[in-house]
Amino acid sequence: MNRLLSYLNETFAVCDAEVRKLIRDPTELLSRAIQPVLWLAVFGQVFSQVRGIPTGNLRYLDFMAPGILAQSILFSAIFYGIAIIWERDLGIVHKLLVTPAHRSALIMGKAFAAGLRGLVQAAVVYLVAIALHVEIRWELMPILTVAAGVFVGSCIFSTFSLVIACIVKTRERFMGIGQVLTMPLFFASNAIYPLELMPGWLKVIAVCNPLTYLVDALRSGMIVGGTSVYALTTSFAVMLSVFTVLLLLAARRYPGLAR
Amino acid sequence: MPDASEPFAIATHQLRKCFDHFVALEGLSLQVPHACIFGLLGPNGAGKSTAIKMLTTLLDPTSGSATVAGFDIARQPVEVRRHIGYVPQMLSADGALTAIENLNLSARLQGLRGAERRARVKEALAFAGLEATASKLVRAYSGGMIRRLEIAQATLHNPQVLFLDEPTIGLDPIARRTVWERLEHLREKGTTILITTHDMEEADTLCDELAILHQGRLAVVGKPESLKAQVGENASLDDVFVHFSGVGLEQGGDYRGTRDSRDAIQRLG
Repeated sequence: MNRLLSYLNETFAVCDAEVRKLIRDPTELLSRAIQPVLWLAVFGQVFSQVRGIPTGNLRYLDFMAPGILAQSILFSAIFYGIAIIWERDLGIVHKLLVTPAHRSALIMGKAFAAGLRGLVQAAVVYLVAIALHVEIRWELMPILTVAAGVFVGSCIFSTFSLVIACIVKTRERFMGIGQVLTMPLFFASNAIYPLELMPGWLKVIAVCNPLTYLVDALRSGMIVGGTSVYALTTSFAVMLSVFTVLLLLAARRYPGLAR
Repeated sequence: MPDASEPFAIATHQLRKCFDHFVALEGLSLQVPHACIFGLLGPNGAGKSTAIKMLTTLLDPTSGSATVAGFDIARQPVEVRRHIGYVPQMLSADGALTAIENLNLSARLQGLRGAERRARVKEALAFAGLEATASKLVRAYSGGMIRRLEIAQATLHNPQVLFLDEPTIGLDPIARRTVWERLEHLREKGTTILITTHDMEEADTLCDELAILHQGRLAVVGKPESLKAQVGENASLDDVFVHFSGVGLEQGGDYRGTRDSRDAIQRLG
């Protein structure tokens, strides 16, 4: 019990520090909000007119809104690792690693902070969606489902980003890899078109992509008439499993940053 | 505070570290007594930072062994971390947080909670002389204030051994003296301090004992006065350094080490 309390205390200590920094300098949050606005307001509205993508009874804009929310989470979290490279160059990582805190608690604290940041971004996407008359579900359970999905999704992609940062170790290499990863993850998912439209090979990749499960869970929780391909329990089980594996991997690689 | 059952605060035996085929440290055997300030000197690339990183558990040794505060660095790394403090050469205080937030983060990661944490943070602010500016962002601090904060952060949990990698690099003479005063105060309280430095005045003023590393090997170890006497009458510590490290102009250091030092100096300045 004492160990669990220590672990949680360490996790929340790191999370608390990260959130304070975010509150003090919200410019990144604002700049990250521009992209989903463009996707929904420009791409979404234009493609709604084309009617080229079969989305059942849903308007295309309604169909893609959860996908754009997931994309916003992905694009923001995937560059989270650059902060850890910066912290390494400043010596902050060294200082943290010389404390008796659990390595995975240090990572978890950062992931939770990314999760909270994701919730703020979700609020921005909701506001844009409301402005574009996307039919939002306002019942408590669907909103909690979306919040949980956004939180876990942010944890997954920020931890993935930390793993990459621990491997590449320099900002220049990280930026290159970050750019390379985001688009394939986005397009190999059900964010802007349904799984059924994908060719077989892409569908295989999409099924292995955690973004697909995030979008699926968000689609059933965010919009009126939204349905999911997978059961919510399946989506959350997959996402939590991926997060656990990434957390262990990041905790293993993290001390390597100080070498 | 020193653990009386352990004869030395730090003891290494044939400590060795290789990076692929490069030997960064070879057969380091040292004993550092309790409650002293021990200086690890040497030109850039001599193995000082590698030694400190192994003793603080940031690096695993390739072979050999070491104990810090009575705990084995390879077998009991978490126990070692519980009993040490570390101030890296780089600026480890987070500029985007206030002093009090930096201290709270360190305290929580050291396992301090509730009233004890608040009391220690308050003590640490007083120790660092930062009570009046505790709620200011650290990025607005001077170099000397940042170093004092970092030392306070590293000693919040009353560690038995404190490691400092070039603690006064880039500081003006007044800030440097205040850092020295803090370190002397900690020694009086019983903390064992191991510092690396290039500053011979600092080594002469502060250190009870010195070791000079050269090309990854221990060149000599002893008290400053006895080392000076070995080199010659009226010899300074600069003479001792040149004599035992055999370093002249254009020697020593690598790109990364030089960049890190200059980065630290720039940020502190």
